[in-house]
Amino acid sequence: MASSRRRRGGTAAPPLFILLAAVGAAFFVLPLAGLLVRTPWASAWQLLTSSEAITALRLSLLASLTATVIAVVVGVPLAWVFARIPFPGRAVLRALTVLPMVLPPVVGGVALLAAFGRRGLVGGWLEQAFGIHFPFTTAGAILAETFVAMPFLVITVEAGLRGMDARFEDAGRTLGARRWTLLWRVTLPLVRPSLVAGAVLCWARALGEFGATITFAGNFPGRTQTMPLAVYLALETNPDAAIALSLVLLAVSLVVLIALRDRWLGTA
Amino acid sequence: MRTRFLSAVAAAALLVAGCSETSQPTSPTSSGPKGSITVFAASSLTAAFGSISADFQKAYPGTMIHFAFAGSATLVAQIQQGAIGDVFASADQANMQKLVNGGLTAGSPSIFARNKLQIVVPAGNPKHVTGLADLSRAGLVVVLCAPAVPCGHYAAEALKKANVTVTPASQETDVKAVVTKVALGEADAGIVYLTDVKAAGVQLQGVDIPDSLNVIADYPIVVLKDSQDVGLAKAFIGYIHANGQRTLAHYGFLPA
Repeated sequence: MASSRRRRGGTAAPPLFILLAAVGAAFFVLPLAGLLVRTPWASAWQLLTSSEAITALRLSLLASLTATVIAVVVGVPLAWVFARIPFPGRAVLRALTVLPMVLPPVVGGVALLAAFGRRGLVGGWLEQAFGIHFPFTTAGAILAETFVAMPFLVITVEAGLRGMDARFEDAGRTLGARRWTLLWRVTLPLVRPSLVAGAVLCWARALGEFGATITFAGNFPGRTQTMPLAVYLALETNPDAAIALSLVLLAVSLVVLIALRDRWLGTA
Repeated sequence: MRTRFLSAVAAAALLVAGCSETSQPTSPTSSGPKGSITVFAASSLTAAFGSISADFQKAYPGTMIHFAFAGSATLVAQIQQGAIGDVFASADQANMQKLVNGGLTAGSPSIFARNKLQIVVPAGNPKHVTGLADLSRAGLVVVLCAPAVPCGHYAAEALKKANVTVTPASQETDVKAVVTKVALGEADAGIVYLTDVKAAGVQLQGVDIPDSLNVIADYPIVVLKDSQDVGLAKAFIGYIHANGQRTLAHYGFLPA
């Protein structure tokens, strides 16, 4: 292939640049290597198949996947609105949407309590009207993960929508497609790579969520104790178990990230 | 390519090493303690130690006490992983023992304060909690520390003595988180240290646990093996044992 020949032939980048790239790579590789070196391989299997570990992993998968589904259901329309409909205050609203990415998650957890807690803005009403109770429940863990992770989906999908060739939509419209059809058949298929990338990022962030979850939903095995919380607590008593658990979290995320990248984004 | 990678790794390592160097080696002079030390202290000591160190630095100008406050177990893990500091103050003996066993301390620890448990409830005690037995009441949202954390371990001990079974809504990772949950109104009651209730202010109040059911927590303090300034570290510990006692009592700690 022409591109690969060109890449092999000219290492056009200056050596310093490559060096900096190596430092950058080392930042990601070294901590992982450190974890692998510290892993108690002999007892790893026993640590991982303990009922606590399995309970936490199951809860983590359930909560992060549910959070991703919710994020897609409400995040894609939000991204579409941001990309297509100009309205006063759009910039401010978009900034608010991205805020959880930079907010310390613990602060996010406190904010969620202020909104959905027992004494929160809508929390008391939700409890009375629908019996929905967020703090100390799995629903709360899912809500916390959605809050922290959804921005990744929204900005990725919005970028995809903005980068897409609007003429396809125009063509569809002139051919008489109705709005839903246009959305389903033209717009969403065209932004599928962004949608998948955004959903994967969102899921990965939800899987690793710690601060907002522990602040908003608390920590109880089987109910709100997700993997990151289990890892944190295990560090206090059984560092070996903590390392083994982190490794599972890493392995699961890495496998999914690599697999999805190959399959849907076509950039191996 | 390989050497380039290795030198990059070395550069990164140097960078990391440079960042973790928090205390400068200093030489104690004849005119009293000088220089700076880093103290790792249990989070329940945050307010008291802040106040004691302010007094200490006033009494000995030219000294600087830096603090790292966290759960005792977290601090032990950090020290075991090579965090550089001069003094460690733990909220329990078990965590201190881990460092002693690991040969990471210089000299033996001394007890400088004690603490005991109290039930924390919102001001006015709206759910009328009168003792440990009430915590098993249906519909009462109770949060405790996780069993791995000293306050959770102690709470379990007290509940066992009282023969009460509590199903907590949450097992928090540190005692401050329990206080926060009650302060925010998400939980109706929690078991924390006496000092935490005292520090929490007017929005919370404590319900006493009788001494027969209570657990007394010992707070040991020690100089760390890797201390860069043993003289100042010892001077600070000595100050806590002497002048610091009044401050500790002010924050609700019991005498050692």
